[in-house]
Amino acid sequence: MVTLTHYLIASAALFCIGLSGVLIRRNILMILLSIELMLNAANLLFVAYAKAWGDLGGQMMVFFIITVAAAEVTVGLAIAILLTRQLNTLNADEVKTLKW
Amino acid sequence: MVDVHHAASAVATDPAAAALAAKLGWSILLAPLCASVLILLLAIHRKTLAMFCAVAGLAVSLACTLTLFFMVQNGRLPVPFEASVTWISLGSLHVPFGVLIDPLSLLMTLVVTGVGSAIFLYSTGYMHDDPAASRYFGMLSLFAFSILAIVLSNNWIQLFIGWELVGFCSYMLIGHWYAKPSAAEAGKKAFMVNRVADFGFMIGILWLWSVSSTELAERTLHFATLQERLPSLLESGILPIATLTGIGLLLFCGPVGKSAQFPLHVWLPDAMEGPTPVSALIHAATMVAAGVYLLVRAFWLFELIPVTLNVILWVGAATAFLAAVLALAENDLKRILAFSTLSQLGYMVMAVGLGGSIVGMYHLTTHACFKALLFLAAGSVIHGTHEQNIWKLGGLWRSMRWTSLTFLIGSLALIGFPGLSGFFSKDEILVLAREHNLGIYILATLTAGMTAFYTGRLWFVAFAGQSHASKDHHNKEHAHVHESPAIMLGPLFFLSALSIIAGYLGIPQFLGAHHMEFHIDVAATSTVVVLAGITLAWLMYGKRTLSSQSVVRGLALPQSFVENRYYIDEIYGWYVAIIQQKLIAGSCAWIEQNVIIAAVNGVAALTRSAGEMLRRLQTGVVQTYALLFVVGLIWLLTRHLAP
Repeated sequence: MVTLTHYLIASAALFCIGLSGVLIRRNILMILLSIELMLNAANLLFVAYAKAWGDLGGQMMVFFIITVAAAEVTVGLAIAILLTRQLNTLNADEVKTLKW
Repeated sequence: MVDVHHAASAVATDPAAAALAAKLGWSILLAPLCASVLILLLAIHRKTLAMFCAVAGLAVSLACTLTLFFMVQNGRLPVPFEASVTWISLGSLHVPFGVLIDPLSLLMTLVVTGVGSAIFLYSTGYMHDDPAASRYFGMLSLFAFSILAIVLSNNWIQLFIGWELVGFCSYMLIGHWYAKPSAAEAGKKAFMVNRVADFGFMIGILWLWSVSSTELAERTLHFATLQERLPSLLESGILPIATLTGIGLLLFCGPVGKSAQFPLHVWLPDAMEGPTPVSALIHAATMVAAGVYLLVRAFWLFELIPVTLNVILWVGAATAFLAAVLALAENDLKRILAFSTLSQLGYMVMAVGLGGSIVGMYHLTTHACFKALLFLAAGSVIHGTHEQNIWKLGGLWRSMRWTSLTFLIGSLALIGFPGLSGFFSKDEILVLAREHNLGIYILATLTAGMTAFYTGRLWFVAFAGQSHASKDHHNKEHAHVHESPAIMLGPLFFLSALSIIAGYLGIPQFLGAHHMEFHIDVAATSTVVVLAGITLAWLMYGKRTLSSQSVVRGLALPQSFVENRYYIDEIYGWYVAIIQQKLIAGSCAWIEQNVIIAAVNGVAALTRSAGEMLRRLQTGVVQTYALLFVVGLIWLLTRHLAP
């Protein structure tokens, strides 16, 4: 029997994987992917609670998040392309001209 | 708007007379102010209009004063009468602005407007060719308003405002010919010296205000209320005599500066750089007399404090004597008169110190007439000859007959020649001195002798004797010595008449004195001393049988000491240059440079170096920021979600 607790654990695990990906991976594409993981962890949470509480508001929220995530990925990929063109790199450590 | 209240002691007042008196009082005060505003705003380039406005403004004041005077004399207006409005009301501080009519203020107003009108008229002749005459008349009118604000004031604040305004007008008028460096310097000096004195004066006023409250009533600056309240406060012991002594001494600072008493007398001789009618009006007849007027106005206060009265007495006596000594060695026509003014002011202050406020006021009035006359006559001489050094003048008696005659009348009144106004008022002071203090009496009689001597010297050198023009035909300036126009001679005749009759008008009786004793022995002594002074002057400068050098050497007089005016200017100069500039200002500058600026710069450097360190946190690596963000988030969550 899969209970709400299982969903919550799965969602938390996904979120932590995504967060560590954002903090650890140096490739910008991988960072973008990790952000997607974190967003989907949130989606999973919304859906799980919607089912448990019988409230469709949670499912509706998920559609918003998917839309926003699509827009976010568009902007992120555009930045990645521009970075490649300007600095010829996708390594986040090398992109540090915005300081003092 | 105008809230008229009558003094408690007044008999039933005719309301119509009271309303008229209030209107007249405000008109006296405001007419010269209107004239001044009109001149300065509209007539600054129209000389004739400016002259007309100034004379008309003061004439209105004079007419109103005379009307009030006759109302009081006829008994239609019981005095003291007050018309006053509340000007400032701040919590417990109520500052009235008003007009106080009593015999004292009425007499002083008559002096200001009467003598002032003569001087204004004279000025229209004297300043006729001056390009800046409009500014001159604007300031003269403003001065008239300011001095009237002092004289008619019913409270200390209005008096102080007038006090400062006359100082300002004096500054502007001394420096009227500001292109001349000495005139500009003299104006500044007069202003600065008066600032020093007025600082003490202001503290005195504020202190007086702060102690003036009773259990039942709030603090006040109103003359009449204070006069009712302070004696009882003093008797009940709420107000210690030491406090009142301090207040009295601080208040006396004002007259010491304004009436140029020793040791703040230094500005008055220099103030002679201004146009001569200004010297006559401000620096002889009215403004310098305002200090004495204040002493008389607040005499009830000084009377309560014997220590202050003694200080006043000795400052006055010292000024009278020391200034007369200075006049002996002076060679400038106007400066001799300035030292003489100092000496006579000393007499007045001394009279107040002796407890004779009415006598002091009497001498003020007669002095205003004859000293204004002397200055105007001197102005006429300067107008005709363009020369002020008495040794370069001479024989004026022949070329300027009328001016010389009026100058002679003024001189005789000044030295107290029997029958003229100065004789009566000076005699009253001498009588008072003999009753109270023999040392002061001897000093005052000696001063009278010196007055006669230096006046005689001035007359024999400048007016009698040989004309320098006749000896020296090449000197074109002197070849054209001419008598002054009628507009200048008229005021001279008017003031001459006043100088002769002022002793017979019953001025002390008008001020409330019951009887004035006439002591034949005092009068005889002073007359003998005066005649001795004149005779000595005649021997030395008229007949020239005695050489002045041999007299100086024979008596071992400290000539250079006197010629340098006791080195007081030098002492003040040394004080300002060494003590004030080098020591005080220098150490202030050092503290500023090394403490204040160092602290400010230190804070700036600290901020900068803290910034240097903190900016290392800004790596530019996006993941560092993300990490910090996550750490912060976790910290916040643990704080808020933990029970």
